[in-house]
Amino acid sequence: MVTMEGLSGKASAALGRRVFMRYLGATAAAGVALSACHSELVDPTTGAARPGDAVDLGDIGSKDVNVLNYAYALEQLEAAFYTQVIMTPYSGITDMERRILTDIRDHEVIHRELFKAALGSAAIPGLTPDFSSINFSSRASVLGTARVFENIGVSAYNGAGQYIRTPDYLVLAGKIVSVEARHASIIATLIEPNSTLFASDQEVYPQSGLEEIRNPEEVLQLVKPYVKEIINGRNGRR
Amino acid sequence: MNLQNILSEIEKVDGDALARIEHMSRRSIFQNLLKKTVMGAAPVALAGVLNKTYAQSSTVADVLNFALTLEYLEAEYYNMSLATPGLIPSAARPYYEQIAKHENSHVALLKSALGSAAVPKPTFDFTAGGKFADVFSNVQTNYAVAQAFEDTGVRAYKGQATNLMSAPAILTVALQIHSVEARHAARIRYLRGNKGWITLAEETGLPQAIYSGEENVTQGGVNLVTATGYSNVAVSEAFDEPLSKEAVLAIATPFIKSLNR
Repeated sequence: MVTMEGLSGKASAALGRRVFMRYLGATAAAGVALSACHSELVDPTTGAARPGDAVDLGDIGSKDVNVLNYAYALEQLEAAFYTQVIMTPYSGITDMERRILTDIRDHEVIHRELFKAALGSAAIPGLTPDFSSINFSSRASVLGTARVFENIGVSAYNGAGQYIRTPDYLVLAGKIVSVEARHASIIATLIEPNSTLFASDQEVYPQSGLEEIRNPEEVLQLVKPYVKEIINGRNGRR
Repeated sequence: MNLQNILSEIEKVDGDALARIEHMSRRSIFQNLLKKTVMGAAPVALAGVLNKTYAQSSTVADVLNFALTLEYLEAEYYNMSLATPGLIPSAARPYYEQIAKHENSHVALLKSALGSAAVPKPTFDFTAGGKFADVFSNVQTNYAVAQAFEDTGVRAYKGQATNLMSAPAILTVALQIHSVEARHAARIRYLRGNKGWITLAEETGLPQAIYSGEENVTQGGVNLVTATGYSNVAVSEAFDEPLSKEAVLAIATPFIKSLNR
């Protein structure tokens, strides 16, 4: 099983340990997004949450750290998914598909590591994926799930941008969401090369040309089946 | 790897994150409007709401007119390309048509939002003064210019996001266009045999200004090559970089014969 928190490379391993040490030492600093009961449940050997724990993101719109943790949770999910995809490639995967999916895995891991570093001791713990509903040996299952994850990611970032208070974070979210949209487009193209699936009427309202947005509660409901912890979060209020 | 440097970088970022939270909790006067937008108001109603509420704000109107100019450019480009007999092969028509549909919708939405403040459609020169002379006779050139417009569009919207923070509903609309442009960009790039994402400040034969700055690997004060051990290539691909309005206009100007104002 891949853990969502799994780090790649010595540098990030060291980084992870350091962040973890700070996490253990964190007092009730303003902005720490974890409930007291949750921090007691963190596995002291790995810094990861334990299945069944509740991870509380709070009111997503009330402070930037909550938005960042919300994004961190989604990036953890995506990174873990693509890590598994590359570890156990589906049957019949082409070289081109493997290159594309490896690129995407790298991007998602980098996103995850950025949020982890930026959040420091305020980061939620590493989550435990539940991919039992995904057949990793099936191209259709893998690409179909990838498309779902990317579309959720784009709609989540689009919905959360308005909650961000710090201009630099808004720009950062913008830098990431367009890459997620590029992923969504290419994954859809692998599924249906000569159709409109890359920006279909399902994700992009045909009358306005605007992409779908989702609020945090909708997003957390959609990702619930894929995470063993229970992620709680409320729609943003400014 | 210099661990001490990484750690101090993180401290810096982390410190900012925590310090800024307290004094940024002003209540938005656009809260109700925001809810309506989030809940997916019909585009026509949305345009009306935008118009009434924001006509007074010159900053927001400037951003919307800037966006409208780029959308005029894209919409007319795809419309003309599709209308040129024998240019776009049947395999590519479904997505050219889908993209054209979106760009025309963006034009209509922005025009409607701006009302009488909307700038007129410029007169375009899609050859950019002869640089792309066969843009309507050589489909490869046509795809290349499409990529230039889409990748520039993504950077342009991203660069304006912070100018819309006082108007969350408009910001959300801009983000909803931004991601659609990124979907288009990736599809066109893939069509040309490129990766869907931008690698470093790639040299593609297109004006270099379109990609300058995309080689950045430092995000939120963290050098991510150092921090993650991933390559410059992977890190640069993982983030799209913004462009200022001035930089975008410099890229667009060769394609604009007259602003008609």
